[in-house]
Amino acid sequence: MIVPYGHVLMLAGMLFALGVVCTVARRNLVMILLGVEIMLNAAGIAFVAAALRWQRLEGQAFVLFIMAIAAAEVSVGLALIIRAYRRTGSVDEDTYDLLKW
Amino acid sequence: MTLYAVIFYVLAAVILVATLLAITRRNLVHAVVYLIISFFGTAMVYYLLGAPFLAALEVIIYAGAIMVLFLFIIMMLRVEKMAERPFSLGQLLPPVFLGLVFLELVGLLAFTDPGGRVVLEAATASPRTFGRFLFQRYWLAVEIVSFLLLIVLIGALFLGRASGRRRPEGTEGDS
Repeated sequence: MIVPYGHVLMLAGMLFALGVVCTVARRNLVMILLGVEIMLNAAGIAFVAAALRWQRLEGQAFVLFIMAIAAAEVSVGLALIIRAYRRTGSVDEDTYDLLKW
Repeated sequence: MTLYAVIFYVLAAVILVATLLAITRRNLVHAVVYLIISFFGTAMVYYLLGAPFLAALEVIIYAGAIMVLFLFIIMMLRVEKMAERPFSLGQLLPPVFLGLVFLELVGLLAFTDPGGRVVLEAATASPRTFGRFLFQRYWLAVEIVSFLLLIVLIGALFLGRASGRRRPEGTEGDS
């Protein structure tokens, strides 16, 4: 007997909301990537809780894939940030306005 | 309230507070260190919910590899203390309102749904069971994900090359 399933979902939802806030409100490219990581993490908590709720291992398998996707996303994202930083010398997202008119 | 429940609520509080501190830090290194605390808490939640293998992976991959990658990049970037321009009130109000609606809906769904009131029974999937399940049912997905990781490795190498576009030609030694 741990906790009701809904409480774990509440934790995952609040963590996801914090990740959204970090992604949308911060102006630093590195912080935006961190927000995406927080959101993926929240999704993982929800998956593991669902795996325990229905006593099926599929939820845990999906968390494994989420981790692989997160590692892939963050490495490509950071390489892109490095490349953009070499171009412009800044990681402020307002610097990148080349496509605005 | 069982001991497991107490542990879960304490862990949830630690995770939320650490994440909240992380997303409000001005200093990027502090943000990453707070996030490492949050990921350790998540690993313990995984362990509590019966996934010891995923808990180990969470510590190794998330708190270890990904956050160290972030730290390396932050140290490479020489981030100047830039002033984060705060949003004005008119800009801030709609997203805050929508976020509160979102949270309220999640809470409503979680508490009114009879499925959400089911109390989780403690159970553990051993790494042996989990690995056998994964490679019997989802071996194709594992192969695809490993292929994706190979592609990402090549892509990150390609993107991270010194392009030398800003420097005059001929000053760099790489090919």
